[in-house]
Amino acid sequence: MKFGRSIGLFALASLAAAAVCIPRTASADDAVPLSLTLKDHKFDPAELHAPAGKPIDIRVKNLGDIVFEFESSALHFEKIVPPGSEAVVHVRPQQPGRYSFFDDFHHETQGFLVVP
Amino acid sequence: MLAALLIVFREVFEAGLIVGIVMAVTAGVPGRGLWIFGGVAAGVLGACVVAMFTGGLSELFGGSGQEIFNASILGFAVLMLTWHNVWMARHGREMAAELRAAGEAVVEGSKSLAALGAVVAVAVLREGSEVVLFLYGVAAAQGGASLAMVGGGFIGLILGALVCLATYLGLVTIPARYLFGVTSALIALLAAGMAAQAIAFLEQANILTALDETVWDTSWLLSDSSYLGRALHTLIGYVDQPTAMQLIVYAATLAVMVVLMKLFASPAAHPPHVAAAE
Repeated sequence: MKFGRSIGLFALASLAAAAVCIPRTASADDAVPLSLTLKDHKFDPAELHAPAGKPIDIRVKNLGDIVFEFESSALHFEKIVPPGSEAVVHVRPQQPGRYSFFDDFHHETQGFLVVP
Repeated sequence: MLAALLIVFREVFEAGLIVGIVMAVTAGVPGRGLWIFGGVAAGVLGACVVAMFTGGLSELFGGSGQEIFNASILGFAVLMLTWHNVWMARHGREMAAELRAAGEAVVEGSKSLAALGAVVAVAVLREGSEVVLFLYGVAAAQGGASLAMVGGGFIGLILGALVCLATYLGLVTIPARYLFGVTSALIALLAAGMAAQAIAFLEQANILTALDETVWDTSWLLSDSSYLGRALHTLIGYVDQPTAMQLIVYAATLAVMVVLMKLFASPAAHPPHVAAAE
């Protein structure tokens, strides 16, 4: 049982640490706003640019007539955007790189966020 | 037709893995069929409602409605799975050993069935709402449901259901004395994966920003958009680029589950020397 308890204490400590950390470290006001549209299974622009080390807000508007799921494993978001509507995804500060995002319903529909 | 088939199959297959596990977990419990069927039916109904209101849902909470909704139902499923496992740790052996009056065991057992029925409902709702949105979108775009779309969707549904059946049949071939341990472990991993996924949604909504850096990237090895990646994502919460907070919450969920199962374990299940050490 001792082993079990120590795991429990560890878990509680982790949760407590998590709770303490919850206050935001970056305010949404600092976020770099980017926007793009989706029409006929194409992102426009297909490549976005953002500075390194700053949070990013990507606003996407679905101009097509079919729902799409705006998703990126690298940038950690997945969001359903019905036709005619727009959505904002929040992206944490990124290191330089080229990150892909896509429509999870049509993987050929791909775009990139470039951080120089 | 192929697009409809693939999307429907993908989503049904993800929900089917969970339904298959729940079917194996509850194998032999009276009345389980009703609860599982009820869970699927509630999930399908919920999926239609969620799909219908996705636009409105998205606009809630300053545009983060989808994220908060997903995180909430995932959190609810994690609680239900934890509760089930703790309950089984306490009563599973008693039920198996018929130490309880059969009637009482069935009544108690149905509480646990309700928890798992709720998990099935959540799984079907999440995956189903995407199917409904997608098929509705295709139908709207082409001015009505076509035979190809309906046919493709139907084949996808059947294939996805086969995955569910295969999961179930695969699990029930495990000898009875190991089945309890295997299914408890599967439920624990399922819960941990769902908890980590809920964290991803909270991070996406900017509600949680601490420790949100990516810890590793295994997308070169196994992308979480591939079928195997998706299956592992559903089963054990695999993500190719997890954040630190996701990993912490994953480990914490497993740890809490193990501790609660030990704390509430049926006393009869303890070897005597453990009782003496207390």
